[in-house]
Amino acid sequence: MLILHCPHCDRMVDETDLHPGGEAHLKRHGPEADAEAFENYLFMRENPKGVHFERWRHVYGCGKWFLAARNTATLEVYGTYPAQTHQPPQTIRDTITERQPGWAWGDFR
Amino acid sequence: MSEPVSALRGRATSGSVQVSDMGLQGMISLRCDLSFGKLKALSKDLVGAPVPALREAQVRNDRAALWMSPDELLFLMPHTEVDDALSRIAKAMKDQHHLALDVSDARALLRVEGPFAREVIAKLAPVDLHPDVFGPGQVLRTRLGQIAAAFWMTDAQTFQVICFRSVAHYAFDLLEASAKAGPVGHFPRGT
Ligand SMILES: [Zn+2]
Repeated sequence: MLILHCPHCDRMVDETDLHPGGEAHLKRHGPEADAEAFENYLFMRENPKGVHFERWRHVYGCGKWFLAARNTATLEVYGTYPAQTHQPPQTIRDTITERQPGWAWGDFR
Repeated sequence: MSEPVSALRGRATSGSVQVSDMGLQGMISLRCDLSFGKLKALSKDLVGAPVPALREAQVRNDRAALWMSPDELLFLMPHTEVDDALSRIAKAMKDQHHLALDVSDARALLRVEGPFAREVIAKLAPVDLHPDVFGPGQVLRTRLGQIAAAFWMTDAQTFQVICFRSVAHYAFDLLEASAKAGPVGHFPRGT
């Protein structure tokens, strides 16, 4: 059972109050993109055992989206931040580095 | 004209924690930038209370202003005053991007009252309801069993619960079952 901090409500929220929204920090490639970029955008996802970045929606609460950095193997949560954030905040990256030195995820490390 | 009725038609239980339908309740959902200056006077005008801050419930007798999300408030008032309130909102929010909607008849309002009311709710919702964490003046939006609900306390033994009208009977049955099952003894009684 996950308990995540909703940055909009500023309180801890149970997983059953949330709706998962898949991978975070996806860059959208529209109809003008070439076939490979579009395929990557639509179908290709990270599937890490370890550090991961996800989208979650506080669906039974404020209804807002936020992002979470957590570990898929240990279930440790490194932090959450608003969905209007293009990159994981430095404080969260530092927390991850402290716990998982040398981590990498997509272009982030 | 059709006669408006609440979904639960005044249903009520007896017992040491009572669950009851609160009948028709005017409710207006207002979505806008909550830092908009004129909102203060508007909230005062509609419910006689300041704009609720994060997770706050500003309750004044049969009126209230509830914090719903970073850009949403819910105003409660007598059912007959909703039309007038909507026009006052339109006036105050003129030229300001907003959405005000009468949701009175889309919802149900219930009351749970008695010495272990806190436990009746706590058994059904995945939230921390310890008296040190949650009390009068706050509002929570979460789940009761399988449905979305919002609730707040008007005193140490009384909760008011909002849910969608279509699931009002489910909410009532659930709260009634939780009340009938009795206290757990986890929280001090009457808090
Ligand atoms: Zn939230």
